[in-house]
Amino acid sequence: MINRRSILKSMGAVALATPVLSLPSIGRAQGAAGRVVIVGGGFGGATAAKYIKRANPNIDVTLIEASGRFYTCPFSNLYLGGLREFESIGHSFDELTDVYGVNLVTGWAEGVDGDAHTVTLASGDVIEYDKLLLSPGVDMRWGAIEGYDEAAAEIIPHAWKAGPQTQLLKSQLEAMDDGGTFILSSPPDPFRCPPGPYERVSMIANYFKNNKPNSKILLLDSKDAFSKQGLFQAGWDALYGDMIEWVSLSNDGEVIRVDPEAMEVETAFGEIHRGDVINIVPPQKAGAIADAAGVTNEGGWVPIKPDTFESQLVDDIYVVGDATVAAPMPKSGFSANAQGKVAAAAIVASFAGEDVGTPSWANTCYSLIGPEYGISVAAVYRVEDGAITTLEGSGGVSPADADEDFRRREAIYAVGWYDAITQDTWGSSPA
Amino acid sequence: MRKSRLMATGLMAATLAISAFSGVAQAQDNGALLAGPCASCHGTDGVSPGSIPSIAGQPYAVLIAQLNAFKAGEIPGATVMTRLARGYTDEELEVLAHYFSEIEP
Repeated sequence: MINRRSILKSMGAVALATPVLSLPSIGRAQGAAGRVVIVGGGFGGATAAKYIKRANPNIDVTLIEASGRFYTCPFSNLYLGGLREFESIGHSFDELTDVYGVNLVTGWAEGVDGDAHTVTLASGDVIEYDKLLLSPGVDMRWGAIEGYDEAAAEIIPHAWKAGPQTQLLKSQLEAMDDGGTFILSSPPDPFRCPPGPYERVSMIANYFKNNKPNSKILLLDSKDAFSKQGLFQAGWDALYGDMIEWVSLSNDGEVIRVDPEAMEVETAFGEIHRGDVINIVPPQKAGAIADAAGVTNEGGWVPIKPDTFESQLVDDIYVVGDATVAAPMPKSGFSANAQGKVAAAAIVASFAGEDVGTPSWANTCYSLIGPEYGISVAAVYRVEDGAITTLEGSGGVSPADADEDFRRREAIYAVGWYDAITQDTWGSSPA
Repeated sequence: MRKSRLMATGLMAATLAISAFSGVAQAQDNGALLAGPCASCHGTDGVSPGSIPSIAGQPYAVLIAQLNAFKAGEIPGATVMTRLARGYTDEELEVLAHYFSEIEP
């Protein structure tokens, strides 16, 4: 019987038989304070790489990332809404390599041997580590909705990883006739970016209002409540009238089947909806490398030690970002960035033989309902009794009774946040 | 009798001061960790590239007054900072104000 352990063992055997990748980094590692390998150059991984190097430049840091340029999910909705160019959400790794001396390996990490402390790339190359940090983001649960697989996603995009999927959805919206129907299916918790589906329909409503004002948006939801719900619904009323119809789980909002050829979705009670453009945000799980490393739980997510974000299951593997079980922190770029800093500090302290400090995280999620209509949710988190906890009295959402000026300032701060966090993570200002 | 009571009070005050001080010292060591999330809106080291104000190198007195006012809800029209400042103790806000006041912008 083949189980994960035996697969890992056989991968370990392969690793032994394959010569260890002779990167310049391996040479430089001699005399280094330690070797860290990071998989994933998004908000969590790139931030961790930078902050490890800032704390101790003598630590050898290798970042494995599949893309030469990272496109962010945050603000991809603004691209869909016609507020931004696609390239403005792309970021290079130049600051990490040129300023901080991070070794960049462009490739796909597909195996981890936790005992041997090695990462295997799809190319067959093997990289050794003392500490491994995974920031793999999410993978879609293909087949969780009947008929929704990778092939279907080429017709009915998820656009929940920024890149070609986002551009596909944009081109479909542009090709749609005025008066058409756009359907978005929102998944059950937990998933990447809890306010994301609701910001997305807001931004697409903005695009329709300016270009195709007779169009409709049907938001089919697998939940009965969602992030910043009252604020979103008030904003939709104020800006878009009855263009957006939200159907909750209880009102038969859960999509259970997709037919890409007929461009139809079926909900749990058997109702069929036809869309001119359909966007399925499917149920999700931790990115594949987490599973390969043996750090996921039965639900497909990664349990971590809250003080350090080290895996609860495998020593010397740290995991940050959307892949982790870190509730009440949301699966957001802000959370991943904050977790990356805590894991970086823990790794630096571990190499130095020092105690880890007391971790502290915060999160602010801005959402744009219109170009000058922003809302936010914020909180501060600490570890209490061994679990991540929202500090009592902190946090909350924008006031329901705020005036236009307040909403306009939050829209400006949303852009300020994006400029700052992308600079903090990749050092690159938007193009 | 009166004198010994005064002494005892003085001793107690001194003990409290020492324990409060060690709390601050401990938090101060932790300044970088505590300040980590601030950079996500105010930029690395508190140097902002965008519309959100830079906080690096501002005088301590200005920063602590501002943070306390946010926490107390005394800044009209404040957006997220009132909600965030309430997640920090007075001592932690002092540590954050010190941390950013000492950074060269």
